Amino acid sequence: MPKLLEVGKLCASYGATQVLYDVDFSLEAGHITAILGANGAGKTTTLRALCQTVRTSGSIQFEGQQLVGKATESVVRLGVAHVPDGRGTFTALSVEENLRLGAYTRKDKAGVAADLDKMYQRFPRLKERRHQQAGTLSGGEQQMLAISRALMLRPRLLLLDEPSFGLAPLIVNEIFGIMRQINSEDRVSMLVVEQNASLALDLADHAYLLETGRVAISGPSETIKNDETVRRVYLGI
Amino acid sequence: MEGFLHQVFSGLATGGIYASVALALVMIYQATHHLNFAQGELAMFCTFIAWALLQAGWPYWAAFFATICASFILGLLIQRILLRPFEKAPVLTNVIVFIGLLVIFNSLAGWIFDYTIKPFPSPFPKDAWYVTEYFSGHEIGSVGVTLCVLLVLYAFFRFTPMGLAMRGAAQNPDSARLVGIRVSWMLAVGWGLAAAIGSVAGMMVAPIVFLDPNMMSGILLYGFAAALLGGIDNPWGAVLGGFIVGVLENLLGAYVIGTELKLTVALVLIVGVLTLKPSGLFGKVVVTRV
Repeated sequence: MPKLLEVGKLCASYGATQVLYDVDFSLEAGHITAILGANGAGKTTTLRALCQTVRTSGSIQFEGQQLVGKATESVVRLGVAHVPDGRGTFTALSVEENLRLGAYTRKDKAGVAADLDKMYQRFPRLKERRHQQAGTLSGGEQQMLAISRALMLRPRLLLLDEPSFGLAPLIVNEIFGIMRQINSEDRVSMLVVEQNASLALDLADHAYLLETGRVAISGPSETIKNDETVRRVYLGI
Repeated sequence: MEGFLHQVFSGLATGGIYASVALALVMIYQATHHLNFAQGELAMFCTFIAWALLQAGWPYWAAFFATICASFILGLLIQRILLRPFEKAPVLTNVIVFIGLLVIFNSLAGWIFDYTIKPFPSPFPKDAWYVTEYFSGHEIGSVGVTLCVLLVLYAFFRFTPMGLAMRGAAQNPDSARLVGIRVSWMLAVGWGLAAAIGSVAGMMVAPIVFLDPNMMSGILLYGFAAALLGGIDNPWGAVLGGFIVGVLENLLGAYVIGTELKLTVALVLIVGVLTLKPSGLFGKVVVTRV
C-alpha cells in the first residue's frame, strides 16, 4: 500500500516558540488516522503545518509532492482540505455561497452542481438554510457546513480539527457517523485531531499520540486503545 | 420652489460622483481595513490619461473605456509592486505609503501635463432628449453612469465566482486561503477595481470642476464624508451617503452658508459622524472582546 502522506522531522514554530519537534508520521490512502493528545501538545499545529499556515521545517511528502515551502493556496489545490479549529465559516455569506467557495478551485461546473446536491442530501438541514447567512447557523450546523465546504474541493485528504468541539453528544454522533460514511463511500482519507480520545479511537484505523510536540505512541487504534498509559491518562478507564 | 428642486437635482448629480469615490474607498477598506488617501489623486491621474487620449484624437467612449482598463491595470500594479511589501505592516506605515502615493501622483500629473487648468469634454450633449428643466445633460448622464457602475459591480460581486472569492477573501482571509483563493491577488484586483471606479468619477467630475492636478482634493473629502456617513464597511450605505452629501452640500451652500463654505459641510459631516455615530448610518457596529 503506497503512503498518501509521509512526514519526516517536522518542526513548527510560532515566532520564537517552537511547538513541534521532529515529528514523524505517515498516512495510508483511504484510512482514517487520528492525532490524540492533551491541550498544547501540538495537534492543531500539526494540521496547520500540513497546510503551511505556520512556519515549518522538515519534510511533508504528499503523493510525491513536497509541501514544505509551498503557499497554503497551492497545498489546497493539490487536494488537501482543512476544516480548521473554529470551523472557518464565512459568516456573512450564505450557506450556499460557503459551499461554492469550497469548490472555488474546481472548473467542472456540472461536477460542482452534483456535489452541491450531494451535500444537501447528506445534510438536509443545510438545504433548508441554503440562503441563510452562515453566521446564524447553530454550532452543529456550522460544523456540517465546514465539512461540506471542505468536501466540495473533492479532496484527496481531509484534515479535521476537533470536529466534536462544543457540540452536544447527539450531534457529535451524527457528525462522526457521516464522517465514517464519507470515508467509506467517497474514499476520502482523513486526519482527525481530537481531544475526545475514545471517540477518535472508535473512528480511526490508526492513531498517533502527541506529547509536548513529539510523537509518544503510535499504532493501530485497537492497540492504542489497550495501551496501559493511554487507558489511564486519556481514556480514564 | 423651482430653484429648490433645481438645487436638489444638481446635488444628486454631484452626489453620484461622491458616491463613486466613496465606493472606491469602501472597496479597499473592506479588503484591507485601510482608507486609501491616494484615491482622489489616482482618479485625477487617470482622468489625465483620458484627456491625453482625447487630445490624440480618440473618440470619447473609446477613450473612456480605455481609461477604465488602464486605471484597473494601474491600480493592480500599485498593489502588486508598492503595497504588497506592506501587507503585514502596521496601519501607520500604510497611511504613510498612501500619502506618498498622493504626493507622487499629484506631482507626476503636474510634471507630465502641467498645472494649467484644462477643459474636459462631457459626452452628454446639452440638447439631448433626456435633458429636462431640472437636469442638464451632463448631470443626468453622470447619474446614469454612476448607476451603471453600481449595477456592473453588483452583478460582479453577486454572480461571478471571482466576485464571490473576493468577498470571501475580504471577510475571512485565513479561510479563503484554505479553499484555495489567492488572497493577495484578490487584494490587487480590489485595488484595480477601486482605481477603475475612481477613474469614472474623475471623468464625470472633470467637465464640472475642470481638469487640473488638484481637482480631486475637495471631492475626496466629500467621498470620505459619504463613505463615513453611509458606513465605511457598507457599499450601499456609501452610495446612499454620496447622494445625501451631494444634496446636503448643495442646499446648505445655496440657502445657509454660501458657496465659499461648502467644503466645510464635508468636514463637519466627517467630524460629526465620527463623534456621534462612528459606524455610520448603515454600518456594522463591531464589538471586540478584549
